Amino acid sequence: MSAEANTPKAVATNAGTAICTTCPYCGVGCGIRTDGVTLKGDTQHPANAGRLCVKGSSVLETLGDQDRLLNPEVDGEVVSWDQALDEVAGRFRRIVEEHGPDAVAFYVSGQLLTEDYYVANKLMKGYIGSANIDTNSRLCMSSAVVAHKRAFGEDVVPGCYEDLELADLVILTGSNTAWAHPIVYQRIVAAKQARPDMKVVVIDPRRTATCDLADLHLAIRPGQDVPLFNGLLTWLDDNKALDQAYIDAHTEGFQATLETARSQGNDWDTLAAKMGVSKVDLTTFYHWFATCERTVTVFSQGVNQARNGSDQGNAIINAHLATGRVGKPGASPFSITGQPNAMGGREVGGLANQLAVHLDIDNPAHHAAVADFWQAPALATKNGLTAVELFEAVSSGEVKAVWIMATNPVDSLPEADKVRQALMACDTVVVSDCVASGDTLACADIRLPALGWGEKSGMVTNSERCVSRQRPFVPAPGQAKADWWIITEVAQRMGFADAFPYQHERDIFAEYSALTAVAGQFGKRLDLTGAADLSADQYAQWQPQQWPLKGDPRCFADGQFSTPSGRARFVTCENPPVRQIGDAFPIILNSGRIRDQWHTMTRTGRAGRLFAHLSEPFAALHPKDIERYRLQEGGFVRLTSRVGDALVRVTRDTGQRPGTAFMPMHWTDQFSRRARVDALVPARLDPHSGQPAFKHTPVNVSDWQPRWHGWLFTAASPPAVEYWARVPVDAFLQAGQVQRYRLAGDADLTEQQLHDWLPQAAQWLALNDPATGHYRRAALDKDGRLLAWLAIGETLPVCDVDWLADCFADDADIQHMAILAGQPADAGPDLGPVICSCFQVRQKTIEGVVEEGADSVEAIGKGCQAGTNCGSCIPELRGLLETCTS
Amino acid sequence: MKRLVVVGNGMAACRLLEELTRLAPDLYQITVVGDEPFAGYNRVMLSPLLGGGTDEKTITTHPHQWYRDRNIRLITGSPVVAIHRRRRQVETAAGHLLDYDRLLLATGAAPRQLPVEGVSLDGVVSFRDLYDVRRLLSLSAARVVVVGGGFLGLEAADALVKQGHDVTLVHSRGHLLNQQLDESAGHRLQQDLEARGLKFVMQARTQSIEGTYPEEKGSGKSSSEKHRHGRVAAVHLADGQRLPADYVVQAVGIVPRAELAASAGLTVNQGIRVDDTLQTFDPAIYAIGECVEHRERTFGLVAPLYEQASVCASHLAELGHRRYLYADSATRLKISGIDLVSCGDFLGDKEKDASPGETQQLNLPGSYRRLQIRDNRVVGMVLYGDVSDAPFFEKLWKEKTDISALRETLLLGEAFCKRPGDRDQNSEEIAA
Repeated sequence: MSAEANTPKAVATNAGTAICTTCPYCGVGCGIRTDGVTLKGDTQHPANAGRLCVKGSSVLETLGDQDRLLNPEVDGEVVSWDQALDEVAGRFRRIVEEHGPDAVAFYVSGQLLTEDYYVANKLMKGYIGSANIDTNSRLCMSSAVVAHKRAFGEDVVPGCYEDLELADLVILTGSNTAWAHPIVYQRIVAAKQARPDMKVVVIDPRRTATCDLADLHLAIRPGQDVPLFNGLLTWLDDNKALDQAYIDAHTEGFQATLETARSQGNDWDTLAAKMGVSKVDLTTFYHWFATCERTVTVFSQGVNQARNGSDQGNAIINAHLATGRVGKPGASPFSITGQPNAMGGREVGGLANQLAVHLDIDNPAHHAAVADFWQAPALATKNGLTAVELFEAVSSGEVKAVWIMATNPVDSLPEADKVRQALMACDTVVVSDCVASGDTLACADIRLPALGWGEKSGMVTNSERCVSRQRPFVPAPGQAKADWWIITEVAQRMGFADAFPYQHERDIFAEYSALTAVAGQFGKRLDLTGAADLSADQYAQWQPQQWPLKGDPRCFADGQFSTPSGRARFVTCENPPVRQIGDAFPIILNSGRIRDQWHTMTRTGRAGRLFAHLSEPFAALHPKDIERYRLQEGGFVRLTSRVGDALVRVTRDTGQRPGTAFMPMHWTDQFSRRARVDALVPARLDPHSGQPAFKHTPVNVSDWQPRWHGWLFTAASPPAVEYWARVPVDAFLQAGQVQRYRLAGDADLTEQQLHDWLPQAAQWLALNDPATGHYRRAALDKDGRLLAWLAIGETLPVCDVDWLADCFADDADIQHMAILAGQPADAGPDLGPVICSCFQVRQKTIEGVVEEGADSVEAIGKGCQAGTNCGSCIPELRGLLETCTS
Repeated sequence: MKRLVVVGNGMAACRLLEELTRLAPDLYQITVVGDEPFAGYNRVMLSPLLGGGTDEKTITTHPHQWYRDRNIRLITGSPVVAIHRRRRQVETAAGHLLDYDRLLLATGAAPRQLPVEGVSLDGVVSFRDLYDVRRLLSLSAARVVVVGGGFLGLEAADALVKQGHDVTLVHSRGHLLNQQLDESAGHRLQQDLEARGLKFVMQARTQSIEGTYPEEKGSGKSSSEKHRHGRVAAVHLADGQRLPADYVVQAVGIVPRAELAASAGLTVNQGIRVDDTLQTFDPAIYAIGECVEHRERTFGLVAPLYEQASVCASHLAELGHRRYLYADSATRLKISGIDLVSCGDFLGDKEKDASPGETQQLNLPGSYRRLQIRDNRVVGMVLYGDVSDAPFFEKLWKEKTDISALRETLLLGEAFCKRPGDRDQNSEEIAA
């Protein structure tokens, strides 16, 4: 299926004029060149130099008006923008007046552009006067932010992608780079091909696709990163591999950190056993680290999403500081981000415990400087609620109005069912989104249609601090508007028009760039002042560049850091307490991305080919656990944790450590009955970052054997059966709203349930084989058009998917038998009209009998039975005899 | 030349004459004595005739010229009243004596009479022959009660509705055509016919037929004479309902016409008993059709009659080596344009020691199918509406084909059973 074939019509309007933009998916931030019809990687973009992964390549297929939120809605009614904006502003103002500024909150997203983020942050902190603005970056990056701030005095990623190519040792820890950051992975692959001596170490309890590249895979037990890197520090010390000169000149706190690290001893046998790896592997890793000057340690969610995620980040950074490998070519710790603009959000300060531009709320000098710049008398004076706290406050009623933008907390926060309950009970829930259906949208009182990728315009920052443009090439669908415009309009209606005069996203970017000068006053590296006077034309022509916009892609190479003393700080990292695995929840559940999906599938769920890789929600388990817990490979498993449950398919994965399981994070209630992994995850947070421990959920697993399996095709929501999963296929996506669902169930699906489920059906075609439990149904509307097709049986029934998709077209010729068969009739040659209706003998059959010598009606009857029952066709048989013999 | 006398000129007799004159055109001097004063016609087409869908000429299969062409003497309107077996003669009502070397009895069947009071009232009719049809066609707009929801009753009722009469059909069972259809199909048929204006009273036993009588002064007539002159007024049902009626059509089955054979001393049980060569107790006398009883079975549908005619013709032609053995075949009916086919043990209740088996059902607008399956073999079926796959299912049924590989789409017919499984694009894999 080519990208062209799937390109929605609306996209083709700019055909011929290619623009450069940035991919909407992961934090690699690849450049894309597209004219709306074809799409390829931007060869000029520093992140990808023309490469694209499967998600990026198929992004055009995800566009189009289908399932888009097109109009503002208040309490379920479509309203004008004026009404909607007045309503948002009015409700927020009323609640602030009655309950104070901390009774409202924004929950935003790494999907927002920098300009959107900036305006949201300015409105909440500067003018509403609360720091209750947090972001889904809390869920993926906040531990790395803490680690950076503690070590470097500022949230700065010191290195750049080129370092991966210059390194002699690349360590990938807590990162399935191959799937989650495919282009970064491909760059490492290419580098290793060019220089086979380059070594790659993967540290991950799972053997992931990333391990294909690894010279060494350390499959440590979950949660053992701090002991591993503390051990490394000890090894470096034991083996005289420390860069003492660097430590002395540029750091502080080393002795205490080393002492803590050494407290676990240097008996490598014991340590290796504790971590669950062999001593040879452990010491090989240590040896390589000690001897490779050019070492990059890439870390991602596997490090961040833990109860000690901040310490895990610092344990890594400690090892780099101890060897002087920070911000040098081919040598750096390297946190890579999950979202296209997580970094932009961090820069503008869109987190509850940041002020703006890398400055702190609780620092009076910072506070005064920003208040002055913004002319914001109400500027928040204390940190706000971080994501999990924020929704707990919604639940307790402390926060009475929340505005959620471009994210889906009902699926992505821990204890996700509680989040849903909290939102359902909340006074005012505003959701800005570009799609029409979603689990969070379902909780919204006010829905605001936002622009999506390809429509919106602004800046994003990727994992290596590279600021790129997202450029529009598709007209806005319906009434959809840019997020910055929506926020600005609300700000104006709340009485802050003077502070929010923005006419264009450039105005905002320029103001933000100017504000970074304030950061510079406090010794921060964040510096976009070069863009503060950007003309509209310069903004339009912006080429990707890394801040601090000074030509050097790296930070801290000079050993000067953003701390008050200018020295980097070692952070003492205690080993985490040992937790016993209880019998009630004996499996440790990990969660994460799969290769072809993105977040909650609002985009990738629109491209059928992205389901070809992994089509249904699943839990991957080691074969020993599948056997031990009496599960079936390919069967179903019910997972239960202290806070929730899920029902998904079982996949066998020898790459899992026995005693662990993995579930993808993508499936929502829009795509499966009960497969939201975060409904299982308890809200346990890193104490410094507030980031939840998504990677370490104790669960129980049990087999579920449905009595029946089935397929359902319909534009309606699926009926309430025990298991369903939406499995998009291109044929159906092109047929409009019709979706394919895989079903399984225990209880019979009764006629009554079906009729209640689809009351608009005027006719039900039915095939029943109760002995085998095989049932088929096709629902037709009053005009005979197909509304739903359902087939269930003890095993999955067979059908022709592409053909059925065509049957859902308005003008499809619906043949009842074929519809139930789910395939076109294989009718054989055309034998002409039926002459003998009793025996269904057709004209050409009769002519054949005559040609073979039948010379009477009786002889025809002997030859083919025609005319031997009621005899009413005998006159016609005589006629045929005459014409054939004359 | 030997002499063959054929008593009866119905469909079985005509079919036999066709076969015999082809097999042995010069063997016999043939005389046919018909009860009805008509040449050979297709009795199956009487319903369309009654419904106005055809005419008498079209349904005449064997006009007088056909007999003349074959030197067959056709006597109509003067039935045979006696068989003198020792003299090998038959005697007609007109007193003619006809000699025979071989005699074929094809006397057919008569409508069964309702065992209730009032059946001989004027206006109580049957639906069996051209006479009946002519009479029914001559009715002026009337209220008609048809008793019997079998094939003939339904055909008559439907045809009468088409003629514009107000028709109510009374049936003793819970669903129509209970010999041929299961409950679902029977109910469908009822609904479809109701939509065409026919009314039904189901599970209703006829108690009596009420008559009206013209005033007769000073008469002292017996009740049987009274009935002859009375006229039908209503049908009374066992539950007390009274259905006013200008005419009553009895359609509660047929009875083999075997009186002639019985009086000649041939063995007669329900019908004239014949062996596998269609010979009666008397080696010179054969019998075929609805009048016979073969291996304790009597007949009412055309397919076995034709087979009997064919076997019997071969014996009369002295080419006799074939035996008639009843082969269960599908029943094919058309009622008011609705095709119906049924066969075998479609309810699964005919084999006493076997399990009922399994039922597959298909429900479509205008169409219904049921297959009864035991041990992966089709043991019976009911098709309603779309019968295009009847030959396919009948073949599976007759050949006892193992259908396990076809099962999923079997009911949908042959066009969906050719390549099972090869169209599966719904991969069960969740991971490629």
